Amino acid sequence: MSRIDAGPPNYREMLPPIILQNYGKWQYHELPQPGVLKHVSENGSELYSVRVGSPRLVSIDFIREICDLADTYCDGYLRFTSRNNIEFLVGDPVKVAPLLQALEAKGLPVGGTGNALSNIVHTQGWVHCHTPATDASGIVKSVMDDLFEHFGHMDLPAKLKIAMACCLNMCGAVHCSDIAILGVHRTPPRVNDEIIQKGTEIPTLVGACPTGAIRPNPKTKSVVVNEERCMYCGNCYTMSPGMQILDEKNDGVAILVGGKVSNARTAPSFSRLVIPFMPNNPPRWPEVTEAVHHIVDVWMKYARRGERVGEWIERIGWEKFFGLTGLPFSDKLIDDFIFSKETFRTTAAFKY
Amino acid sequence: MTEKKTPQLDELEKGPWPSFVSEIKRAAVKSEAAKDLLNLLERSYEDKKGHWKHGGIVGVKGYGGGVIGRYTDLPGEFPHVAEFHTMRLNQPSGWFYTTDKLRQICDIWEKHGSGLTNFHGSTGDIILLGTKTEHLQPAFDEYSDAGFDLGGSGSDLRTPSCCVGPGRCEHACYDTLDMCYDITNEFQDELHRPMWPYKFKIKMSGCANDCVASIARADCSVIGTWRDTLTIDQDAIKAYAAEGLDIQGMVCDKCPTRALKYDAAKQELHVIPEDCSRCMHCINVLPKAVQPGQEKGATILLGGKSTIVQSAFLAWVIVPFMKMEAPYTEFKDLMRRIWEWWDENGKTRERVGELIYRVGMGRFLREVGLAPVPQMVFRPRANPYVFWPQDEIVK
Repeated sequence: MSRIDAGPPNYREMLPPIILQNYGKWQYHELPQPGVLKHVSENGSELYSVRVGSPRLVSIDFIREICDLADTYCDGYLRFTSRNNIEFLVGDPVKVAPLLQALEAKGLPVGGTGNALSNIVHTQGWVHCHTPATDASGIVKSVMDDLFEHFGHMDLPAKLKIAMACCLNMCGAVHCSDIAILGVHRTPPRVNDEIIQKGTEIPTLVGACPTGAIRPNPKTKSVVVNEERCMYCGNCYTMSPGMQILDEKNDGVAILVGGKVSNARTAPSFSRLVIPFMPNNPPRWPEVTEAVHHIVDVWMKYARRGERVGEWIERIGWEKFFGLTGLPFSDKLIDDFIFSKETFRTTAAFKY
Repeated sequence: MTEKKTPQLDELEKGPWPSFVSEIKRAAVKSEAAKDLLNLLERSYEDKKGHWKHGGIVGVKGYGGGVIGRYTDLPGEFPHVAEFHTMRLNQPSGWFYTTDKLRQICDIWEKHGSGLTNFHGSTGDIILLGTKTEHLQPAFDEYSDAGFDLGGSGSDLRTPSCCVGPGRCEHACYDTLDMCYDITNEFQDELHRPMWPYKFKIKMSGCANDCVASIARADCSVIGTWRDTLTIDQDAIKAYAAEGLDIQGMVCDKCPTRALKYDAAKQELHVIPEDCSRCMHCINVLPKAVQPGQEKGATILLGGKSTIVQSAFLAWVIVPFMKMEAPYTEFKDLMRRIWEWWDENGKTRERVGELIYRVGMGRFLREVGLAPVPQMVFRPRANPYVFWPQDEIVK
């Protein structure tokens, strides 16, 4: 009999014995090899976590397959990370090597630890979202294929976190990532009076526009859009299906770089727009994968050890970033929304 | 029906990274809905646009959220995804599972859904992708019997989530797993019945490394910290030095407040306690030698959100230090005061951070009952335009 508001399962029932015994007593961890974490507790217990990349969009048979592995090598316990990796929790050190072999045989990549590329957090895209400007899973697959070597090797200057969101709603919260891939619209919504008359609360729709571009039209009992003020955010389309914003000819992808969420060394910071638009070019979005690859290469070449993408750019200056990468700078990269002024350079000191 | 061809998606089965297309095809062996999803997605790749309509209202008895209605705009051609709704299941704290529980999730989804999932969604839930309206209640009933409950959606408390915490991390300054479980249970009504201006997310990270990105992705971010001084084990420092680690270069020179001094001759590392801002860098590089202090708790930050509507905000400090121990009464009281204030003053679809930005931090602090402290700002205002309270004006 179903219960209302029973809440989630108790996490304590999901923890392997080695974690229950050493809960809150972990002392330090090491990375014996890429994709493997070794945690050591006060009383000397050792827990190995083997981190494995997943496409996030997975079938129940995939889940059953990783359960089989966890039954064989981890006494039936595993977890997932905040970046959609799987972590096999191995209490018996002898089982680490056979698990790694089994994973290799299944083609499941081990990595994502330390100074490596972790899995790309992403959104639903064309698979299941109603406002996407691009697909998410396809771009993520293409970029991970292209940067695959960096998932399994800790050969980067620092950790690299890439995120992908298929529209400005940014369910993937790409706004604080080392490299952010973002679906963008570029044309105003097309108003469908009939749909709006049927079931849209007009004051709410008008209020949803951040630039005041939408006005009520009492004659049609609908709205009109001042197209010059529209910045194509799509917030109105989320409010009403009568504000169609999808545009197959003009939707595409933007790239932002240099964000982070950790407080280590420097404060958490936003990613910044460096490529305003690239076309949707499925199935592999070559322009996007090349641009991301290029930014990673330039970062690897010029960053000092330990510098995240944003830390490197802030040290050398954004003007040098555009010089080193050869990415074109244009007025589209200069903010003209409400918090723009803080990004203008109010000093006479800069580089060439 | 003849098998449709999917040449564009087939291309995405190549390459070393595990393929979501192969996963959809695996599900399609057993599910007509998954098969139609594959074909519909190929159509999107041809058309370069999505083929999903706005959600209609669907749900299960007793709940106002947790299920997202989804319908294709091409139901004639792809009838098995005419309805293709999402169910969100509240994940266990820290995304820990036994294989028994995961298999139960799979078995129920094989019976009632497309067999496709996301482990996990952006907010943290287990995402069950694709079922018909008639299956929602039976699926929920079985999940409930298996010990699972729905997560949040719409203008409610979204499913709280947390980092791995003391389960497997030496940095955890409070028990993120327990707190996440505790507050999720405490706020079931807020989670399951949307009643606010907009969504509200809570995320808990055990330290300032913030592995769940709480400062960027949650309206309320709870970040573990300590109030006293970090501890340094000099023997372990000597061991790092013996391994050849450049302690001066990789640790001291990167300390943002220059609070660390390394004596290379003695191989000793010392901290200037009053200069340390607790950023975690030295602890990250020297986990065997440097550890957080003894007086542990959390910093509470408020207002984080993504771009829509008024720009992205990082959450900002509203309580520099709060002891974070069960039953978390002080935290729960604070949440209730904030929600009441937001509910009273917020406009539709206005996140709490946007409301504070609109009416001012001063008013927020006064009305919610928090004392202003310098840790809340990087620096004071540069203008003199203070909104003076009437009782401070000489009449």
